[in-house]
Amino acid sequence: MTTGDSWRLAVVSAGTSDPSTTRMLADRISGRVADLAGRRGYPIRATVIDLRELATEISTALVSQLTGPRLRDAIAALAAADGVIASTPIYKAGASGLFASFFHVLDNDLLIAKPVVLAATAGTARHALVVDEQMRSLFAYMRTMTVPTSVFAAPEDWADPALNKRIDRAAAELVLLMESGLAQRVRDESWRSYQHEFGSAGGTETGIELDSDLMRLAAGGSAAGGSAAGGSAAGGQPDEAPPAAGESTADSSSDGRW
Amino acid sequence: MQFGVFSVSDITRDPVSGQTPSEAERIDAVVRIAQKTEEVGMDVFAIGEHHNPPFFSSAPTTLLAYIAGTTQRLILSTATTLITTNDPVRIAEEYAMLQHLAKGRIDLMLGRGNTAPVYPWFGQDIRQGLPLALENYNLLHRLWREDVVDWQGKFRTPLQGFTSIPRPLDDVPPFVWHGSIRTPEIAEQAAYYGDGYFANNIFWPKEHYIRLIRFYRQRFEHYGHGTQQQAIIGLGGQAYIAKNSQDARREFRPYFNEAPVYGHGPSMEDFMEMTPLSVGSPQEVIDKTLTFRESFGDYQRQLFLMDHAGLPLSTVLNQLELLGGEVIPVLRKELAARRDPAAAQPPTHAALVAAKYGEAPPRQQRPNANRGDNVTGASPYQDTAPELSATYPSL
Repeated sequence: MTTGDSWRLAVVSAGTSDPSTTRMLADRISGRVADLAGRRGYPIRATVIDLRELATEISTALVSQLTGPRLRDAIAALAAADGVIASTPIYKAGASGLFASFFHVLDNDLLIAKPVVLAATAGTARHALVVDEQMRSLFAYMRTMTVPTSVFAAPEDWADPALNKRIDRAAAELVLLMESGLAQRVRDESWRSYQHEFGSAGGTETGIELDSDLMRLAAGGSAAGGSAAGGSAAGGQPDEAPPAAGESTADSSSDGRW
Repeated sequence: MQFGVFSVSDITRDPVSGQTPSEAERIDAVVRIAQKTEEVGMDVFAIGEHHNPPFFSSAPTTLLAYIAGTTQRLILSTATTLITTNDPVRIAEEYAMLQHLAKGRIDLMLGRGNTAPVYPWFGQDIRQGLPLALENYNLLHRLWREDVVDWQGKFRTPLQGFTSIPRPLDDVPPFVWHGSIRTPEIAEQAAYYGDGYFANNIFWPKEHYIRLIRFYRQRFEHYGHGTQQQAIIGLGGQAYIAKNSQDARREFRPYFNEAPVYGHGPSMEDFMEMTPLSVGSPQEVIDKTLTFRESFGDYQRQLFLMDHAGLPLSTVLNQLELLGGEVIPVLRKELAARRDPAAAQPPTHAALVAAKYGEAPPRQQRPNANRGDNVTGASPYQDTAPELSATYPSL
């Protein structure tokens, strides 16, 4: 969501110490993004989501569907972000459970088409492919626009200038995707072709589609013959008007949405 | 405004005593809880429906019929009746029978049910849960209003020449609430038929419920059943009451911490902040409950969850004394003072009969004689309109 003269960046870090290399890696990418964007005339407004501080709310959400206030703020920051940097430690051949849990409790449609840089740190270079082989598929499920370069840093990488090159590359890719406005255009032109539930996308998806097979079924129509689960246009027709049905009132707009 | 109690029918270990009630003890207890609900001046008792341990309420109409026989005023309801895995024909028959025995003191709340294995146990598919619920209710609605139903749908075997018996008491179907927390289609169906809408407003940010209830109100008006203020809304709540809030929190905390669903998760204080749960003095429960009207507008029914999480019967009965004695009378007075005079009255059988017949006597169906083949021919009742004659399936 380009907001005119500045871009919003959400930086998610699952590092647990303070300072953590995971957070440091995220900050370096974020700083590079800010440089590149600034040169193009777009100041960056970055929000850091430190998952360590959300740990209990994330586990509560996992087990009881209750979304706490800090988690709600984090979701709002992601919903408003033009770009995302997601950084995690790798412990046992997989992203931190805290990192995975956070993304598991988000709505499936919260991050659709948003540009994302994936980053990870580990105690050994043997974890190097976790980012591309595991984390990338999680973000594919969430339909993000994940940049081609992911950034992995084992201890020896912090002494290697090649890490900076990868950071530069990932940052440049993110900035170009943000500049293209692709996320907004996908949302503007194709939002309705993704699956949504009432209240999903961080609570923003509260439009109600009246022109659907299920809505016709709700209003006394028939499920027989059509694809009742939605999708096909060959659904039932309303049998008849309800008792004393009135004219369409101002609440239902002419394009069949509420 | 109607106030009452709804029970999930869970059989949960009491975390303080360590005892788990037997099914027999818990069933006896819930009958006593329902009777007590009437004794302390409340209006409604509703029971859930489940088909697996640790719950007991698989046969709600049997339980509610017994309670009806031992009470005088109490309205018996459900929370919820599974419109997905029950055959709508059986719902029509069972609840019409209950309605007769209870002399109209019943209604029901429909829900989809969220226990995944129940669907395959009853031959259904949870992925089709929503269209199944919508289609089943479309049929149920007709079965209670038409003497003879010809019907064909996607999920159930077709019906030809079917008459659901007994016909509803006074030919006035039981009032129906549609329970839903996140499904606009259910709100639409409630609005289309002019039925009630019930939001058990736990868990979600209340902004979502506010929007869904507003949608229901506007669609209710759109379909010509009255103004938005006349739409019929029920809300869930949950309370634990003591004379002062410190005692309430101290007494309830062990039950909260180990409660099914939300136990071992959020702190009780966070949960109170984010959900309708109130744990405190009568005044605190009153204050919190009054905020519901501010959020959702005038509404017709408030149900409280009072007996879950292993609370022993003696505690629950004491809670009902406090709820009925010190909380509800104040709520009745305060809500009556704030109420828009144009808001709907709560649904009762007497009101529905008066709306349908005015001063005229209600219809009392008398069947035509059995022709010897166990059916009454094409016209099941002596006063069935000729154009409604049945066409039976050919064999």
